[in-house]
Amino acid sequence: MNIYLDLFLTFAKVGVCTFGGGYAMLPILQREVVEKKGWATDEELTDYYAIGQCTPGVIAVNTATFIGHKYKGIPGGILATLGLVFPSIVMITVIAAFLKNFADSPYVIHAFNGVRACVCVLIFNAVVKLQKSSVIDTPAAILFFVTFLLSAIWGISPAVIVLAAGVIGLVLKLIAEKRGDKA
Amino acid sequence: MIYLRLFYEFFKAGLFAVGGGLATVPFLQNIGASTGWYTGADLANMIAVSESTPGPMGVNMATYVGYTVGGAPGAVIATLGLICPSIIVIIIVSAFLQKFRDNKYVAYIFYGLRPASTGLVAAAGWGVIAISLLELGGVDGAQISFSLNWKLLVLAAVVFGCTHEEHLKKLHPIVWIALAAVAGVVFGL
Repeated sequence: MNIYLDLFLTFAKVGVCTFGGGYAMLPILQREVVEKKGWATDEELTDYYAIGQCTPGVIAVNTATFIGHKYKGIPGGILATLGLVFPSIVMITVIAAFLKNFADSPYVIHAFNGVRACVCVLIFNAVVKLQKSSVIDTPAAILFFVTFLLSAIWGISPAVIVLAAGVIGLVLKLIAEKRGDKA
Repeated sequence: MIYLRLFYEFFKAGLFAVGGGLATVPFLQNIGASTGWYTGADLANMIAVSESTPGPMGVNMATYVGYTVGGAPGAVIATLGLICPSIIVIIIVSAFLQKFRDNKYVAYIFYGLRPASTGLVAAAGWGVIAISLLELGGVDGAQISFSLNWKLLVLAAVVFGCTHEEHLKKLHPIVWIALAAVAGVVFGL
């Protein structure tokens, strides 16, 4: 298959399978992009999510552009992103045109409650996979837990956390390097 | 020219909203208020639909607002407006990153970014769990309202068990999402 068509269709599939925000997209990306296509690693996904949270735009879109660009340059970035939004455009247009009371339907509400419970578990599984490559030593484990608490309990802005974590990572490694030189 | 305005407004939202889809909500409120294209109640309905349909929420909301304002072409134009800044900014960042990937200091920064990024995803997951499974309400007076949604917890436990079973875990995540939706309707969750 044409590489660009493959990018577009793969991300269209990711779009169809995502329910919720950019985080809900993570388990689908791990399956489609990391495991099936090999276009990115778990580590790279973590990097893209980190950067995608402190750059302009919706995380899901940012991540799609990142993966597409790394794989096939500028056209790749554009096509992956267009693929991601294509199903949304089609489905939302249909719903907006014909199903005015879509969100009030009891079937939709029940189905969506089930989906949300499932998405919780999928995100949990995704985090367990991600931490294998990102939480590699004690300082990293501390960063992971502190970040979790700051964000989950105190609602500190992800952009602030990401910037601080980058600085902390740099400082920790520089200190370790200096100590290594002396030894 | 309504399409031009639509593109401009969503380009702005895409450029200045940093974070998840919910970060665009204040921008959408602003657009509605300043143009009169839709009311706050319209927007609430659009957010509800965007959450419960396939596709990233931020994209769905842009499409919905665009359709409300300018029909099918409006849906396409609003969505393109939203993603344009992302495409431009990320392509620049990504090109920069590939150039400096082997730089020692960049690697040091990512050493700190990766666990933080994972922690943020975990926090987002916790957010969904708190709302849907534990029904953890806001602080109500001095008391935090808290009630377990047993049916959903059981469903989550079943999905967890299935996704860790040796043969079943190879199944695509969408299979579990679809089955969970069916379970939701059948058991009236």
